[in-house]
Amino acid sequence: MTDASELPVLLDPVLQRHQSRPDRLLQILRDAQDVLGYLSDETTAWLAKALGISYAQATSTRDFYAFLYRENRGRYRILFSDNITDRMAGNQALFKQMLNYFGIAPGKVSGDGLVSVDLTSCTGMCDQGPAILVNEMAIPRMTPQRVEEVCALVSRQVPLAEWPAELFVVEDNIQRADLLLGTTHQPGEAIRAAIARGRDEMLFEMRTSNLRGRGGAGFTTGIKWEACRNAPGVRRYIVCNADEGEPGTFKDRVLLQSYPGRVFEGMVIAAFTVGAHLGLLYLRAEYRYLRPKLEAYLAEMRAQNLLGKDIGGLAGFDFDIEIHLGAGAYVCGEESALIESLEGKAGKPRIRPPFPVTCGYKNQPTVVNNVETLCKATEIAIHGGAWYEAIGTKQSTGTKILSVSGDCERPGIYEYAFGVRISQVLEDCGARNAIAVQVSGASGTCLSERELGRRIAFEDVPTAGSFMIFDAQRDMFEVARNFAHFFKHESCGFCTPCRAGTALLSEMMDKIAEGRGTQYEMNELLRIQAVMKASSHCGLGQTAGNAVADTVQKFRPSYERRLAQTDFVPAFDLDAALAKARQVTGRDDAHAHLGAEA
Amino acid sequence: MNAPRDLPRKLRVATTSLSGCFGCHMSFLDIDERLLELAHLVEFDRSPITDIKHCGPCDIGLVEGGVCNAENVHVLHELRKNCKVLVALGACAVGGGLPAQRNNLDVAKCLTQIYRTESGEVAVPNDPELPLLLDKVYPINEIVRVDYFLPGCPPSGDTIWKFLTDLLTGRTPRIEHPLLKFD
Repeated sequence: MTDASELPVLLDPVLQRHQSRPDRLLQILRDAQDVLGYLSDETTAWLAKALGISYAQATSTRDFYAFLYRENRGRYRILFSDNITDRMAGNQALFKQMLNYFGIAPGKVSGDGLVSVDLTSCTGMCDQGPAILVNEMAIPRMTPQRVEEVCALVSRQVPLAEWPAELFVVEDNIQRADLLLGTTHQPGEAIRAAIARGRDEMLFEMRTSNLRGRGGAGFTTGIKWEACRNAPGVRRYIVCNADEGEPGTFKDRVLLQSYPGRVFEGMVIAAFTVGAHLGLLYLRAEYRYLRPKLEAYLAEMRAQNLLGKDIGGLAGFDFDIEIHLGAGAYVCGEESALIESLEGKAGKPRIRPPFPVTCGYKNQPTVVNNVETLCKATEIAIHGGAWYEAIGTKQSTGTKILSVSGDCERPGIYEYAFGVRISQVLEDCGARNAIAVQVSGASGTCLSERELGRRIAFEDVPTAGSFMIFDAQRDMFEVARNFAHFFKHESCGFCTPCRAGTALLSEMMDKIAEGRGTQYEMNELLRIQAVMKASSHCGLGQTAGNAVADTVQKFRPSYERRLAQTDFVPAFDLDAALAKARQVTGRDDAHAHLGAEA
Repeated sequence: MNAPRDLPRKLRVATTSLSGCFGCHMSFLDIDERLLELAHLVEFDRSPITDIKHCGPCDIGLVEGGVCNAENVHVLHELRKNCKVLVALGACAVGGGLPAQRNNLDVAKCLTQIYRTESGEVAVPNDPELPLLLDKVYPINEIVRVDYFLPGCPPSGDTIWKFLTDLLTGRTPRIEHPLLKFD
């Protein structure tokens, strides 16, 4: 427990780093937590006062994010990624192993305040899982031996910075490179090409390319840029959405780790085209380990005049990029929630319209693009829109990077021209006996065996990049249940269809898993999913029931084998519900019991 | 309302109040003179109106109140078993309502606290005639399958009338503003 009198000494540097700006509240809370380990009510109140904001405003931000802690969670905060792919790789046994080692319950701090161990949503290491985070630093490829190693390091209280670097090695795993991943990057080439083309021509090339957003929604990037350029505003902003939270997706991690030049140059080109002066990269907390390298890369770009003032020698072209860290909220991948988060608030999606292109960050025209989309802009700057448009399919031009994980011999990153068949991907990654592929993550589409001839493209199976493979030994009910739990946890709670719907779906899936489900629940699952799809406020709720609905339809027997025979069964034991009254009355007669046929 | 021409027989309706205050039944009576019209269309099985103690095969079952004790469970099972369509009538049946205020208390502690003599001797009534309390008050849909939910404390007579006439004429019931209320 920190003494309140020490707060100014400890936290003044944090406030100074962020110029005591209330709109940087989230970053301030993050840095304060780095100093203190957690954010008590007292700390939060002190910060609120120092920033001149209300206590409620500060706590609403703190309490929204999974990685900000109100209570002490120990000096070592260990989180096991609990995506279905981590489960398939055996994370549950490793989780128990670690809990047993420390003798603690999930989410509880050890008595000496040293360590806590809990589960978290997918951390984007699906090709090298099971993965964990230790104080937000990623450690992939966990094995019983590595669990032992981590436990020993924690027990010996070795500072995280001194842990063996080998633990933190995250591999790229690029299995198939095409246009983007297979081309050498010449720093500055794309920016110079864009400047040579001029703003209007660059925009024309973007439109000609028919490039569509790679984050999932597939909006035409050129139109987005043009709308932002034409929107009335004082300042314009370029936001790179690197909040890659969709379970099973990890392509942005690889792009940021090994291709940061393309990402940042894409942002510079977008800024050049729309007339922006500030770029913000919103990096998910799980990828925090990338930050030092990214900052170094930005410094290098500044030194080469690819960022800063008069970029590329063009007088008046000023642009710089800041990195903001998320704090463990999947919903911040939704662009308006991401902007709220950038402004230091809880990441609740805004009402749209107005869209960010006219009213985004600080209510100014803002382009929000996915990491991969921005990389694509560099290709278009260099080679032109017509060249780009010739690759892929009519409505889905260019290439797409897939994050392949699950039951296959070679999980990793695969880049294909749009239009590739699912079966081709499966063949290339060495997937035999696949019975299902979950495309585009938990919110995406579950394809069964008979749909493997379908193609990856906006015309057929659109995707943000996640590609999880399940073979015959997998139980698709458990896959859908994992996703249902995920959405219940990640719903921001703003709108009722999503807040209540994700909880109902999750509870019903648990009820079925316990053998208490009936045909009634089967109908309810689909009914609730339909309500959520039609009436949720944002994409999270609208898609949260997809995996359940898909599997109910395509893998019905995996549900039916769990159903109780009767018409309806309560989710709990009725007779046990009378136990306390039996006890205090001392009764045990026939009327004091509710049998199965009660 | 006119009876559908091809209706072969009067529909049988059962009603009951479990852990409720009979307010929903009172509200049902608030359809006033329309009761006569209703009488042409339905006949009542088990209901406080008829005082029939056990229910036979029915078309519609209206359940007021949540489920607070073993007897409620039996009655609810009887209605579910006999009714083609089971309706949760009012706030308590839909969500537990006022009686569910006790759900954050421990039922054993509650009983021993209340049934205590001045000298501190505990004597919880234990006559087998008395139904035992469940640990919590449950909405009826947590005990049996429910086909329709009619919220409100109570739903107004007009709401109940609209709902029943929809049901009787074969329309999927739709209750909208201003008839749909949660208070």
